[in-house]
Parts: sequence; structure tokens; C-alpha cells
Amino acid sequence: MRFGIVVFPGTWSERDTNHAISGVLGQEAEYIWHGDDKIDHFDAIVLPGGFSYGDFLRCGAIARFSPVMEAVRAFADRGGPVIGICNGFQILCESGLLPGVLMRNDHLEFRCIWTDLKVENSSTMFTSAAKQGQVLHIPMSHGEGNFQADSATIERLEGEGQVVFRYADTNGNVTPEVNPNGSINNIAGIVNGRGNVLGMMPHPEKACEALIGGTDGNVIFSSMIENIVNSLA
Amino acid sequence: MTVSQETLDEIALSRAEYEAVVDRLGREPSQLELGLFGALWSEHCGYKHTKALLRTLPSSSDRMLVAPGAENAGVVDLGDGLAVAMKIESHNHPSAVEPFEGAATGVGGIIRDIFAMGARPIALLNSLRFGQPDGARTRYLLNGVIGGISSYGNCIGIPDVGGEIFFSNAYKGNPLVNAMCVGLIENGRVASASAKNPGDLLLLVGADTGRDGIHGASGLASRTFGEQAELRSAVQVGNPFLEKVLIEACLEALVLPGVVGLQDCGAAGITSAAIEMAERSGMGLRLYVDRVPRRELGMTPYEVMLSESQERMLLAVTPGHEGPVFELFKKWDLDASVIGEFETGSNVSIFDEGILASTTPIVALTDAPEYILSNQKPQWLTTLQNADLSKVPMPDTSPAETLLRMLAAPNIASRFPLYRQYDYHVQTNTVIEPGGDAAVLRLKGSKRGIALSTDCNGRICFLDPNVGTVIAVAESCRNLSVTGAEPVALTDGLNFGNPETPDVQFQLTESIKGMSRAAEAFGIPIVSGNASLYNESAGKAIFPTPIIGSLGLLEDVEKHSTVGFKSEGDVIVLLGSESVWDSTDGLAGSEYLDFVHDRVEGQPRIDLDLEIRVQSVCRAAVRAGLVLSAHDVSDGGIAITIAECSIIGGIGATIDESPAAGGLRWDAAMFGESQSRIVVTVSADRLSDLLALAATEDVPATVMGTVGGDALSFGDMFTTPLATAAEAWKTGFSAATSD
Ligand SMILES: [Mg+2]
Repeated sequence: MRFGIVVFPGTWSERDTNHAISGVLGQEAEYIWHGDDKIDHFDAIVLPGGFSYGDFLRCGAIARFSPVMEAVRAFADRGGPVIGICNGFQILCESGLLPGVLMRNDHLEFRCIWTDLKVENSSTMFTSAAKQGQVLHIPMSHGEGNFQADSATIERLEGEGQVVFRYADTNGNVTPEVNPNGSINNIAGIVNGRGNVLGMMPHPEKACEALIGGTDGNVIFSSMIENIVNSLA
Repeated sequence: MTVSQETLDEIALSRAEYEAVVDRLGREPSQLELGLFGALWSEHCGYKHTKALLRTLPSSSDRMLVAPGAENAGVVDLGDGLAVAMKIESHNHPSAVEPFEGAATGVGGIIRDIFAMGARPIALLNSLRFGQPDGARTRYLLNGVIGGISSYGNCIGIPDVGGEIFFSNAYKGNPLVNAMCVGLIENGRVASASAKNPGDLLLLVGADTGRDGIHGASGLASRTFGEQAELRSAVQVGNPFLEKVLIEACLEALVLPGVVGLQDCGAAGITSAAIEMAERSGMGLRLYVDRVPRRELGMTPYEVMLSESQERMLLAVTPGHEGPVFELFKKWDLDASVIGEFETGSNVSIFDEGILASTTPIVALTDAPEYILSNQKPQWLTTLQNADLSKVPMPDTSPAETLLRMLAAPNIASRFPLYRQYDYHVQTNTVIEPGGDAAVLRLKGSKRGIALSTDCNGRICFLDPNVGTVIAVAESCRNLSVTGAEPVALTDGLNFGNPETPDVQFQLTESIKGMSRAAEAFGIPIVSGNASLYNESAGKAIFPTPIIGSLGLLEDVEKHSTVGFKSEGDVIVLLGSESVWDSTDGLAGSEYLDFVHDRVEGQPRIDLDLEIRVQSVCRAAVRAGLVLSAHDVSDGGIAITIAECSIIGGIGATIDESPAAGGLRWDAAMFGESQSRIVVTVSADRLSDLLALAATEDVPATVMGTVGGDALSFGDMFTTPLATAAEAWKTGFSAATSD
């Protein structure tokens, strides 16, 4: 299958994502420049991490006006799989493809650490290779990952199983001590109501080989590959 | 002479240097030319007080692809078609004035040096020195510098994988901010900062030019300063987003036909960048300052030439090929303008609105005067070296309490609260993260990996600049060797006081001698470097601080070693010493002596021959898969080394012999910092193999004890719960740097 990886000026995770998807998992991957709007030949779209347009306004606030984001919106509306990682998650929220906002970390510092993510919903197309409640060891790296939304939205996300990942300890306990940025309910990743758009702050592409600390990130890309290949067959 | 003292002060030239300018030109310089001379003859650009010394450093190696000084950074061949560019650079004075922007633009500047070589930057390290963290001013500087590095580095997608931070009041008024960058040349093509033929066009790309940073090189970096506030306008402002885009655009441009040269605009802006490019090309140059895109109205040619606005690069392009270059930069939303052309001849001619503003021989500008330094050892130093360390009183705390105190010391405690603010994973090559002796990165598409470290103990260099610098090189290489990597290249960041004083002249001269001696002994070249002088405040120089950045090669990156102890029953072995514990001599210049007794004294020593053999045995043991963990003994001595191995590994250790065995001073035994010692662990069934390997190189190897349990036991003297030691070590840094 073929992944399209969107590149804005200031994106820096496109090469890492490409390495994980094509170098490690053997799939096709191509870069999509932010000025392009023809993306229909891809089976899935990745909005990778970085600082699109320097994040001068709010994270992702300028990126959402680029031509490629119109195309991504249409792609998602047709049910196409879209995953936004870190800055990509921020862009999805700014574009309205996902609810909520990502605010400055509550301690006000940038944070680069390994996190343990509890899989709260293993029936999505992004997590079907994981067991329900499994803990994935995946790094994060951001200054603005504090997920917040109004209480009605949170209630809906929680009620409909749209909370996919939560920050937890290695045993899967979700506690305030392991919340790295102040996100409400320790939320680290969510899907839209239809289940085809995922946003997450930690970087699965940074956990793709044992040599660099682990392979748990592959669970997410492998889930996507399996589900998409099956749906194409 | 008509020039006023005020003018000379502004450009930091002495009256004698002004007379030398007149002599070379055979006439008085114009005001514009005077600005050019001030910039290029500054200590920062001209290396007036260090040139003669730097020539003595070893610079040849089979691996050397680009020699030091020939281009913007040295380039080393790693085999497998891979080459790396590496360099360290200081931004001390701007960081003292505006810590956030000073540190951020320091990072930006060294990155430009690296991608100017056609290399994709793959790692950053930073080496920082501050006053003791209990003062409000130091806290302000510390937070600003960390914030600046974090903000710039994180935004740009280059991992910050290591470095050091050290606190001493010797740096109180004058912090040190040195940044190192390493880049990978992927396609085998090293870029050159030169033109090919007369007629080649000079393009300026990237940011517009403003009034920021004028006199940065000559003013801030090249004299002592008490009037910091007045010089604030000389600090530049960085934009990491622009730099990120500039990296991608420039690396793409280098593969276009007709793009023959790439050069960064750093200190002294277009003046230094363009004129050095012409000199390197052996050509003359015409510059049209009115074609430089401005950020501000009414800038004079003088201001345009000397602006240090950030995120700008120069390209040399064969005429007729500029079209695709313009298109490429347009795609990245970057400006590109032809601002000059190379020509036959040897002058730089500057035009403004079609009128010739000046014509100056390039060699007169670039061949700055060279000063020969005196080398007289000061009497006060002899007194410090001869201090009788056996007279140091014993501490008023117990051995267990003293160990916990030392673990929480600002210079020893875990740096995790700091480096978790840097992205050290991006580019997905980080095999050993910050917190080990050296960072290790894999190189995609190859079995090989590299190890990186920066090191310098200024306190030891203060007590003996020659031996101290030998130790800095040895420690940096040792930090590579414990991971299993073979040292292959060094870069040096010289940070010293006012070179016009005899003490600093002695320190500089002896330090370079030591660096030369050590690099030759290890058989590795110094491929690039930087000198920052005039680091002092209120007339007091900093500790001489020749920071050594080192690069090591792992033939098989899977075969590396890490710091933490691994499993119950593993045997702890000390390489490099026949005795488990150190002696009183080891207290010289130690962290313990400074932190607990507030003394900086004694004679540091190193046996370079032993050092090299110890490292060689350690590397061989890692390669052979004998070693389960390895960590060298440095700040805080062997007790701290053992504690760190246990805390990081999450498992206790028992050392059989008491630190007071045989009537030794237990403080010296535990915290002495004698060199050339590495603590390794080995499984019990392979102990004899390790001892046999050590014997082949005549390296002492001493069994110290066993890994296991949840406590640290030091013979029958004391036992401390591992959790207590870990708490002290993990919280010490935050406790020392916050209220
Ligand atoms: Mg070390």
C-alpha cells in the first residue's frame, strides 16, 4: 500500500516517518508538498511532526490553510485513513478534523521523554494489532501537547471509545504522576467519530527498531497496513 | 593619524594595528574599510593571539578529507562511503548579554557551518559553564541559555544528544556556551566555500539584512566588557524555522548544476563570508551592497557589510545557471539575490548604487597580525600545585552522608531535568541517549555508528593548563572508548581570558602544547576549532577551558556498551589501577575538594601511555562482548562511578574492600579523581577472559566486588539503600537550580 507523507516548511519528522513505513515495514511512501492538492492515489495520509511554518501563531494554525489540507479534508470525508502525529495532531485539531485543542504543557517546558501509552480502544484501524489495555512504549517530544476540550466533547470522546491512548505507567495504571503535559484524563491520542482520523502526541515512528529503544510504534503502522490491505482486497 | 580613539575603540583595533593597516594600504583607510579591518582583524575572525599556536596542532590523518581551517568545518571519512563534518563554536559573550538569543544563535551558527559543507546536521551537543547556581543572576543566565538551545534545536529537527554543564564561580560573570554540531555527508560530495571561475556569481540567500549584530565579532567577542547593556544591540536574533528551511533549500541547491560553492554568514556577516570565499578561490570580488535585501530603511554600506543578521548563506553560481537556483529558493519561500561576482585579481571592490565605495587588497584584510605569546609560569600557580593535600581536614559528615551530598552536587547530579528539554530522538538514530559517557548514533544504511562527547575540566586546566588539557583529551576519548567506539577525530573550543595578560598567555601556550601531545599520543587529528578569548569579568579570567569535542567510530553499532549495571552476580572490575581505592594525590583539582572544602589546589597528573592502553583494552572487551557495562571514573571519583552504574542500572552493588582499609583517607579513597580508570562488569564465567585480555596490554585489572541487591555496600564501612542514593542523584540538579 502507499502512504503519503505531508511536508510543510518546518516539518522535520517526514524522513523518520518514511524510514519507519518504508525502511522498516516495507511499504511505499511518498512526500506530499504542502502546495499540492492531488492526493487521491494514496491509501493513507500521514501528517508528521515538526514545526510547520515555525508555529508562529499557534501550533498548526497556519498549516490548516494550505492547499494540501483542503485535499486531506476531502480525503478524510471519503473515509480515507489519516494519522496526525505531534504537530500533525495539532494541525488536525486546528482544521476541525478532530475536536479539542493542544495547549502549552502545564509545566511550561518542552518535554522529550519515553512514555507508556495504554491502548484504550484496540478496535480502531490504528490499534487492531494491539491487545485491549496493552501498554506501548513510545517517545514524545513537544512543548504543546496538553489536550483539552469542553466537557461535552470529553464526555462524547470518552463515551464513544474515541480516546485511543492514555499516558500510563508501565503496568497500565493511569495516574496524575505519569501525565507528562497536563492533558485532561491523561489523553494522548483520539480518533474521530468515524474512526478513520487519528491524532496522537507521542511519535510512533521514533519507536520502530530495537536498536533505538523499541519497536512498539510499529503496532500502529502495522494495524493501519493490515486493515487497509484487507479493505483493498 | 587622523582617526580618533573613539573610532578605534568601536572597532576594537589598537593604535598600532591601525598603523599596520595604513602601512599595508600605503594610505589611510576609508571609514568603510576601517570597519572591514576591524571585523577581519578581530580576535574572533583573525585569531591574532592563537594562530601561531594552532599551527602546531596535529591535523593529519588518513581519514581527513578536509583539513582544519581550509573550509567551514573539518571532514572525516568513516568508510562505507560515509563522511562527517564536525565543529564546535562558542557564543559566550552574546549569551552573557542576552542568554536566550545568544545561546539560540550560537546553535544556529554552528549548524550553518556544518551544512555549508554539504552535510546534513545529525547531532548537536552543548558544553556549558556557569557560576554556582545559587545566585539569581546565574539562574537567569542558566534558564535563558537552556531555553534558547531548547527552542532553537527542537524547532529545527536536529537531536541534541549530549554535552556537559559545570558550575563554578570562576564563570560567574562570564558563562560559557559552546555548541558542537556533527553532519553527515550522504552523497560523498563535500561542498566547498569557494567559486570556480572568475565571473561566478555571488548569491545571498535566506533572511533579509538588518542592523542586528553590528560589531558582534569585533565588539562582543574580542575584548573585555563591563558595559554589557550598551552592547545589547550587538546580539543577533535567531529564527530556527527559517534556518530549517534554509538547510533543506541549500542541500537541494548543492545538487543543481552550476552551484559551485556554499558559505555561511556568521561572525562579521557578509564581510567575513564573502571576502574569505574570494580569498579561498584566489580571486577578486565585486560586491554590490545596494542589492542586499534590507529589513530596515537607510542602512549604510558599512552597516550592510557588518550586519550579523542570522540565517543567511552565500552561494557561488556559474553564470547562466542562476535561474533554477532562484526557482528552488522561491519554492521554499526564501529570498535569493545576486549581490556580487568573482573576478580575476586580488581586490575586493564594494559598490553602492553604481558608485565605487572602496577597493581593498584582500590579503591585507585577511592576513591579520599575529602575536607571539610569552610563556612564564606564574608563582601563584606553583604555590597552588604544591599544596599539601594530606593536610585537608576530614569532612564533618559520615562517609554515607558525604556520598549522598556528593551525589546531589550540582556538578554530579543527574542532568535529566535539563536534557529532557531537548529533543534527542528526532532523526531516529539515537542508540545511547544523553546521560551516558558518550552519545551513540547509528548511521542508517550502514552497520557503523558514531559516538560523540564533549569534555573539559576547567578546574584541572587551571591547576595545570598543559596536563589539564591532556586530561581533557584523554577523558573525551575515554568517554568514547567505554561505549566501544574508537576515537577518530577531535574539535576544540578554546575558552580563555584576556590574551594580553601574561597569565592567560601562559595558559594558552601550555594548553595547546598539552592538546598537541595528547592528540599525537592517541594518533588522532584536531579537525576544526574555535577560539573565544577575553572571557573575564571584573578583571578576573575564567578557568582556562579548552573544550574537546570528540568523534568515535563503532564498526558494528550493535556491539556497544552502556553505563548501567545489568544482573545479579556480575563481577565488578576496575581497569587501570591495581588498587580499588584512590590515594591522597587523587584529590588534586577534584570535585570533592572544591565542593566540600572549597579548595582548588594540587597537582593533576596523568600517565598518557597507561591511559591509551586502558582505553584500548576496554574497546577490545566491548567488541568481544566480554563487557556488560562500562563507565569511566571522572568527577566525584570511584564511589560516584559505582553509584551511577547502580542507579542507572537499577541494581545494587557490593564493593568488598572498605575505603578505609589499610589506614587510607576514606574521602580520598572514594572521591579522588586519579585518571585512566574504567569500571566494567563481566559475567563470572568470563572474568578470566577479561583479566587475560587486560594482561596482554599490561593493564592492571582489579576485581572490586559484585552487582546485586538493592543497596550500595562499601566493605564493612557503610551500606546505603540504593533508593536513597538514587533520590539524591535524581533530585540534586533541580534542587540546586530552583528555589
Ligand atoms: Mg565519563
